This record gives sequence, C-alpha cells and structure tokens, in this order.
Amino acid sequence: MSVPAQTWLWIAQRASAAVLALAVSVHLVTVIYAVRGGLTAADIIARLQGNVAWLGFYSVFVLAAAVHAPIGVRTILAESLPRAPRLADAAGGVLMIVILAGGFRAILGLYGAG
Amino acid sequence: MANEAILFVSVWRGAERGRFVDYEIPRGGHQTVLDAVTHIQRHVDPTLAYRFACRVGMCGSCAMTVNGVPRWTCRTRVDKVAKDGRLELAPLKNLPVIKDLTVDMESFFNKVRRAEGAFVPAGDTPGDFAAVPPASRPRTLADAAIECIGCGVCYSACDVVAWNRDYLGPAALNRAWTLVNDVRDAGNAARLRAVAGDAGCHACHTHQSCRTWCPKSLNPTASIAGLKRATARAAMRGRL
Repeated sequence: MSVPAQTWLWIAQRASAAVLALAVSVHLVTVIYAVRGGLTAADIIARLQGNVAWLGFYSVFVLAAAVHAPIGVRTILAESLPRAPRLADAAGGVLMIVILAGGFRAILGLYGAG
Repeated sequence: MANEAILFVSVWRGAERGRFVDYEIPRGGHQTVLDAVTHIQRHVDPTLAYRFACRVGMCGSCAMTVNGVPRWTCRTRVDKVAKDGRLELAPLKNLPVIKDLTVDMESFFNKVRRAEGAFVPAGDTPGDFAAVPPASRPRTLADAAIECIGCGVCYSACDVVAWNRDYLGPAALNRAWTLVNDVRDAGNAARLRAVAGDAGCHACHTHQSCRTWCPKSLNPTASIAGLKRATARAAMRGRL
C-alpha cells in the first residue's frame, strides 16, 4: 500500500472516530431514555419501522463503524504479525464487508419490519 | 535490612544472547550509575564493555536500561533508582547488542536519515542572514523540539519500535518536525512523504513513553502529532 493511501487510512479512521463519538452517544442516550420510559422491544421496533430519520442515522453509524474498525484491526494485526503484512490488509477488508453486510441487514430489517 | 555500604549490581553480559552477572561494589556519596559501571570495569572485570564520553549529560552516549528504564547513566544517581540497594543494568532496548552494555546505533541514525532529518538549503544563497523572529509560531515549535542530542532513550522506550521494526521512531520524527518548522528549509515535500504512513508518524499510538523518559524533557509525541497534521494536510492537497 502506498504512503498516501496509508495516510488516507489514518485520516479516514480519525474522521470516522469523530462520527462514531456522536453516533454512539445518540444511540446510548436513546436506548437509556427508551428503556427508562418503559418502552418494550416491540414498541421500539414499531417506532423504527418506516422511519427514514432513524434509517439515515443508523446507516451513517454503520458506515462509520465499517470504516473505523477495520483500519484499527489492520494496524493491530500488522503490529502483531509483522511477517504477514498482506494478511492485515485482507483481514481489514473482510471485516469491513462483514460489518457492512451485518449492519445494513439489521437496519433494513428494522426499517421494513412488519 | 540491605547493607547500605554495598551496591548489588546485575549487569547484562554477552550480546543478543547472554545473561545477567551479579557484582557487589561499594556505595559512594553522590554515586551515579555510570560511576558504578566504571567501578566494575576498572576494579572487578576489565572485560566489561560500555560506552560513555562526556560524563556530564551532554553527549548522550552512556544511555542504558537501568532497572528496566532507559536513562543516561551519567545523570542518574544510584540513590534515586536503587531504593533497595540493587541495580539491574542492560543495554538499550530495540537496538542490536554489540557486547554487554553497548548497542549498535546504526539503525537508529539511519532512520534519522530516512526521515529526511538533514537541513536542505534553498537553491540560491541568500544575500543576508535569514530573519526568523523568535516569537513566530514555526520558530516556537522548532525550539520546543530542537534540543535532542540523539541519545536513543526515546527509541529504546518506544513500544511501537518494538512492534514495528520499520517505524522511524520518536527521535527521527522529532528531528523531521524541527525541519518542517524551519522556514529556511526547502526539503519539506520529500520530508513529509518520508515521515508519513505505517512506518512513519501515523504508526505512533501516543503512549508517550518517549516523553516520559526523554532526559531533555522533550515531547516527541507532540512533534509526531504535528507531523500527523502536516502530512494529513499534504495528503488532502494531493502533495504527498
């Protein structure tokens, strides 16, 4: 991987961290608020269904996580297994696909749940 | 209770493979760790290899690992580090051991070169001295990092160097940062390329061991953070 590409990975991880800091805060505050308010899982699913605002919010959340986590895992693997640098790149790519697939499956499932 | 007149010193003997050998030497008033090493070499075992020059904290050549921590031995009082009357002396970490307490610094200095750590003069010879206002921001930033004497303590203390042998390390990156802020220097395009990426400033985890143990109280972590910002800006402008 070229040096500019490595630098862009660093920029992307910092930028996605900033998004995640906000997204995780909104997520946790909402969860705590909803649970303390006595909402059941069924109530929450009903409110998420067809709600474009929550669809957009969690799409951003998943995209940020799919950028942030693989870059960190790539770094950890590269430092832990210095003799297999391509393994770190490949593992990061696979993790990104898994987060995107699992995340959007969950979001779309809640959005379209009936 | 420990015998206060005796200092127990375990010293690494050998090269990459070796073992700690125990010595008992007299304690002295205001004794430094370098005094202890010198006593062993002059009075107990003349085959002990170690390195020193100035003895007053100017050259940085006497750096060793003292009770697990990299230090200048000439500026480290035995009383300060041997609370129970015991010292464990090993060569600096992250560098190949030549013999006993001496390490091969070649890779350390090569990384300063790789980080474009040499001043690059502008093409034309200026007609007069360059005026760099002492209070200007570039000068202030360079001043904060300029006193490094290349002793290798930060390099020895750095976890990232241990994990990633290609990593340039705190000293080389700190040097590059002083030049990035030198308004007379013309080498920043190549320098920012040299210090970016997985083997450069972006590998730093901000553990701050370099800052903790730098005998000059410099903060290479802050210099590296500056390089991260400078290289990120260069990448976004397509100049990396």
